[in-house]
Amino acid sequence: MRPIGIITQLLELIVALAAAPLFVGWINQCRAWLQNRSAPSLWLPYRGIRKLFHKDAVIAAGASPLFRLAPYMVFAAMVVAAGIIPSMGTRLPLTQVADAIALVGLLATARVFMSLAAMDIGTAFGTLGARREMMVGFLAEPALLMVIFVASLISATTALPAITEHLATQSLGLYPSLAFTAVAFLMVLLAENARIPVDNPATHLELTMIHEALLLEYSARHLALMEWAAALKLFNYACIGFALFIPWGVSTRGSAPVTLLASLPLLVAKLAVAGAVLALIETVSAKLRVFRAPEFLATAFLFAVLGLLVHLLLGA
Amino acid sequence: MDFLLLLASPLTGAAVLALLGARRFAPELNIAFSLATFLAACALTVHVVSAGALSFAHEQFFIDPFNVFLVTLTALVGLTTAIFSRPYMRIEIEHGRVRAPQLRLYHSMYQLFMSTMLVALTTNNMGLVWVAMEGATLSTVLLVTLYRTGASLEAGWKYFVLCGVGIAQALFGTLLLYFAAEHALGAEGVRALLWTHLNGVKGQLEPKVLSLAFVFLLVGYGTKVGLAPLHNWLPDAHAEGPTPISAVLSGLLLNVALYAVVRCKILVEGSLHSALPSQMLMGFGLLSVLLAAFFLWRQRDIKRLFAYSSIEHMGIITFAFGMGGAVANFAALLHMTVHSLTKSAIFFAAGHAAQKSGSQLMDHIRGLITLSPTVGWGLMMGSLAILGVPPFGVFASEFLILTTAMREQPWATPLLLAALGVAFAAIFGRVQPMVFGETTARRLPHPPALLPVFVHLGLVLALGLYIPPYLADWYRAAARLIGGG
Amino acid sequence: MAGVSLDLQLLNLCAALLLLLSFAMLSQRRIVNLVNLLALQGAVLFVATLLIAWRTHQAHLYLSAGLTLGLKVLLLPYLLHRLIRRLQVYWDAEPLLNISGTMLIGVLIVVFSFGLAQPISALASTATRNAIGIAVAVVLLSFLTMIIRRKAMSQVVGFLSMENGLFFGAMSATYGMPMVVEFGVALDVLVAVLVLGIFFFQIREQFDSLDLHHLESLREDAAARRAE
Repeated sequence: MRPIGIITQLLELIVALAAAPLFVGWINQCRAWLQNRSAPSLWLPYRGIRKLFHKDAVIAAGASPLFRLAPYMVFAAMVVAAGIIPSMGTRLPLTQVADAIALVGLLATARVFMSLAAMDIGTAFGTLGARREMMVGFLAEPALLMVIFVASLISATTALPAITEHLATQSLGLYPSLAFTAVAFLMVLLAENARIPVDNPATHLELTMIHEALLLEYSARHLALMEWAAALKLFNYACIGFALFIPWGVSTRGSAPVTLLASLPLLVAKLAVAGAVLALIETVSAKLRVFRAPEFLATAFLFAVLGLLVHLLLGA
Repeated sequence: MDFLLLLASPLTGAAVLALLGARRFAPELNIAFSLATFLAACALTVHVVSAGALSFAHEQFFIDPFNVFLVTLTALVGLTTAIFSRPYMRIEIEHGRVRAPQLRLYHSMYQLFMSTMLVALTTNNMGLVWVAMEGATLSTVLLVTLYRTGASLEAGWKYFVLCGVGIAQALFGTLLLYFAAEHALGAEGVRALLWTHLNGVKGQLEPKVLSLAFVFLLVGYGTKVGLAPLHNWLPDAHAEGPTPISAVLSGLLLNVALYAVVRCKILVEGSLHSALPSQMLMGFGLLSVLLAAFFLWRQRDIKRLFAYSSIEHMGIITFAFGMGGAVANFAALLHMTVHSLTKSAIFFAAGHAAQKSGSQLMDHIRGLITLSPTVGWGLMMGSLAILGVPPFGVFASEFLILTTAMREQPWATPLLLAALGVAFAAIFGRVQPMVFGETTARRLPHPPALLPVFVHLGLVLALGLYIPPYLADWYRAAARLIGGG
Repeated sequence: MAGVSLDLQLLNLCAALLLLLSFAMLSQRRIVNLVNLLALQGAVLFVATLLIAWRTHQAHLYLSAGLTLGLKVLLLPYLLHRLIRRLQVYWDAEPLLNISGTMLIGVLIVVFSFGLAQPISALASTATRNAIGIAVAVVLLSFLTMIIRRKAMSQVVGFLSMENGLFFGAMSATYGMPMVVEFGVALDVLVAVLVLGIFFFQIREQFDSLDLHHLESLREDAAARRAE
């Protein structure tokens, strides 16, 4: 294990942990601007998390140890996931044990723990949210896998850093298959992170909510971890998107270690643009009825499959 | 010259009748154009008999032993149907089922249909065959809906959609054919769809592509032949359109579509050296025969009854072409001729019978012979002829087909015989009470034209008794060309 | 994709777009949008034809590109839009199959077409041979559109899109058919739309609707019932 690998790995984890709430804050700010509201502070998510860490936790009477365990598991899964996505450099020691499919598995693990914990208490909202979360997940996961398969087919590997390197270093060209999968990925991202066409991150008490229903019973440090994990998840998804569809500027194998430093501002720029685009999408689209969510995700899956087929047919 | 007239006459007719088709003399004009076409066809035949195969317009059109007799047959049936339709359409006007603008449409489209048939028969270009076949659908679809009743609109829609989709498959087949041809002919791209050229290099055409092409072509043109299970449009279109159209659909369109299928089969067989095309033709043919025989029992509408009979006979012919070989091909060609003549004659008689009774339902048609012996006898003789009673020509061709089947494909013979028996019982059982018994018929405002019925039946009878040597020579030459077996 | 020239990349993009448009047609229920999608399909076809013409320096392909532009992008959609306005049919009824099911069948159809086109693509010498499978898929998907739709209008759009698919197939397999045939096909398609226009007015006059469930009485059992 060479020092540059360890440095990259640590740097990425630190950036992910630090930038995730900031990214959420940035999206909220953009949304507020687009909706002509006065924008909340960029640092609001941090303040929220700090405040929650200082509070005393209240736990429902019938809660099992699983309920207490879940926030740590979810948070840990997200942190590990952040460690294997090449957001800044591809020299990541962790990725030798976990490829893109393991990444999907990590995300699924987090989902399972969240849903189990929500059902553990036995409230109506929690169970409802868990069921919806599982429905969304069971439709979004195959779509995400398809997206990853297309990228893997193009670069002939399932290791994320290798995919990124392959895509970043080949000559520029039109890839209809990647265009289709990018659309699919965007749709999965919106659904998985409880963004607007599927869920609304701004509401707490609505019958149609999904993500917030899962967190209703949590308080204090548990809630803080859950929210941090949610921010990390969004950050991770954004980085997967960068790794697959705009991989340029990442410090690759064989390049000078200094490029690692140059990749940080580039990542920030990418995140800024992605956040603005996300806010725009959320502003212009209306929330779907929960029962239409499967159709939305089926379309995402269709796009991913079309990308796959187009790649197989045209070799492009 | 004669060839030019052959195609120009119906086209000019279509244009002229589009303007004058509603006048009093329009039916006579229609006959005149058809007559010109027929005379041109006769002249062309004489020409070909003396000079051998011909080609025109940079080989885009050609006449060979296979299509020359079909051209003459088409022109003849076109003429006789025009003669028949003169009083028929006038009666329809008196009965208020058709008005002047529709009559104009009818006359114009009739001539257009004839020209598409003749183009499909004479063109050497497999792409133009497709264009003409699609043109034939389009020119007849509005004729099927001429009466504007709910049922006729439905029949027209079904006809359009099924044949449209079918013909799209045929276009794909043609495309594959072109693909294979370009592969084999190389730089000769422009001529790559000319049948004579394809026939010359058929041994080098890629078998894999051609077998795929044949499936699509057979399904595509087979829809128009009315082969089961793609026959659904056929009974409806025959029953709901005006009778002259039923007559030309049965007598001409089905033949021409089958002609296209056989042309394709010749190419594919030459490339594949396997029995696949033959087996497919035999399979579709046999299925059509059996299915039609089954459905014949259930018919109550006289035109539907004979439409199913057309499916049955097309099945027999397809089966015969599938068997291949000199005798079966000869018989199939003969059967094409006599079926076309007989079936149009039957539709003429049935059309007048329906007009006399004011209904197409067979239960309402009774005792034709009392009021109008000629219509009654025409229907009776026609039915006997189509059922294969000797000495009519249908007997001769069916006998040849059956004996060949016994020798070549013994397994199919009992099925064929059973189907023919069922058809005999079904049709004869229905026709007998219509012709004899208490009458329900009424007088018609115009005397029906029964000359065509008896001309056709006379020809069929003559062909059953004696095939003139030059005609037999044609059949043999065409049978050799088709080959197989 | 490295080393592939830009025009070929663009052609591949056109092929992919055609496939996407076919799926969009499959799921679209507003007839006006359906016609717009058809026009878009024609436009993609036009671009593809132009690219092939430019690539192969075949003059007659420019002609057929012009034909595509005039007929499939401008004239036919215009005629169809006029028909829609005059007939006041804007929405198709609920299709016979739900969207997800249709999409699933659609994906299977694409896989099937891929298999079907494999032997042809293997033999083809054109640079665009990979797109043959997509052309077959477009044809079959249009066929599916025709099967699951109830309104006559949507079926016609399906029919025209099938013809587009065949045209694209001809382009990608052999750089187009001989000009005589292409003209003939274009003429037939135009006449078909005109005939159908007349036909629709007749249907509506008779049934006050363009819903095809009115046209279901002529089945064998139904015919027997009517007769009784």
